[in-house]
Amino acid sequence: MIVNFNVNGESRVANVAGSESLLQVLREELGLPGSKNACEQGECGSCSVVLDGAVVTSCLVMAADCEGSEIATVEGIGSERELHAVQQALVDHGAVQCGFCTPGFVVTAAHLFEENPHPGTDEIKEALSGNICRCTGYGAILRSLEALAEETT
Amino acid sequence: MEINRPTTLSEALEARAREPGASLLAGGTDLMVEVNFGHRRPDHVIALRRIDELAEVDGNRIGAGVTWARLEKSDHRALAQLARTVGSPQIRAAGTIGGNIGTSSPAGDGLPWLAAVDAEIEVASKDRGVRKLLWSDFFTGVKRNALAPDEVIVAAVIPESIPQNQEFAKIGQRSAMVISTVSACVVRDDDGTVRVALGSVAPTPVRARRAEALIAENPAPTESVLAEFARTVSEEVSPITDHRSTESYRRHASGVLARRLLERCLAK
Repeated sequence: MIVNFNVNGESRVANVAGSESLLQVLREELGLPGSKNACEQGECGSCSVVLDGAVVTSCLVMAADCEGSEIATVEGIGSERELHAVQQALVDHGAVQCGFCTPGFVVTAAHLFEENPHPGTDEIKEALSGNICRCTGYGAILRSLEALAEETT
Repeated sequence: MEINRPTTLSEALEARAREPGASLLAGGTDLMVEVNFGHRRPDHVIALRRIDELAEVDGNRIGAGVTWARLEKSDHRALAQLARTVGSPQIRAAGTIGGNIGTSSPAGDGLPWLAAVDAEIEVASKDRGVRKLLWSDFFTGVKRNALAPDEVIVAAVIPESIPQNQEFAKIGQRSAMVISTVSACVVRDDDGTVRVALGSVAPTPVRARRAEALIAENPAPTESVLAEFARTVSEEVSPITDHRSTESYRRHASGVLARRLLERCLAK
């Protein structure tokens, strides 16, 4: 079935076979592998995208239900020449562990800072709670975003 | 696979009448887990998230399509409390109370509250119109309910007179992003009577009616009454041992949790 939606400001057409997830279509059909496939049950947040204005886990979105939707993925955040402020903050603080979860953190954090340029520590923790799964090393991510929140104050 | 994406309830009921038993898709947070793990391959899906009339909160009528993110700000205290415990922000942005009701998991976070406030589940079909079922008539077993193959869940309807002194809590293997091993909701009326509901301890949400009766007789419970209250709750639930917990732990925790919530209500 043909599904039309908008990804990162561009109209896209996807040929969806059945009940597969938006994540699968982004990665396998549309050549956008930035959203990561890990738990497939909405637990880890590494596939986070913005769907019609809200951050959701794209593994739990049925692609066939995305007709007419606006989707923003990590590929649409920043560029190689100029990183998004959130990406730069993560780089500056070495806020990366193995890196697999980083795209999800970038999507969630960029959306948080768009809605609230000066989030407090608790607001940052709450916003990121769906991206924290089983690893350690989240201290640097938190510190980088706290620093960014202060910078823009 | 075929999909319908109705924008009105009547279109959804039309589609459901044409394809009885079609999979209903709301936020996807339950259905897509089953799809991703190969447990379900729907042939026909009716996607409900474009139906504005399902996403309305009108006084004590909560539309089935209202997300947990919105219910976090509900005026109903325990509903707001439980909404904050559902999954992660991502899950709460997508998942709906109607989906929770439709999945009818024993561990559904919204179910103890619906039981405690004696909610009615409003369902509709093209041919038979609207039916309202008391929660205890709607939930019939583990992931089973009284929804007919041509019906759609429309709303949860809460009686007008529900007291606002209400508390919810759940126990899980960690403090966030967890499926509950026991959940409970206590609602206390000004006259001292209470309603006590528990989740994850039976095939459906349950009320601890004997424990409620005990407090009706002792609206200002002493320490020994509180201890008996907890013991009674533990006796009234019928939990099982599974991969998340054991029968004896769930029984014990039911009493502890219900007593703790009652004490919070009494302290107000």
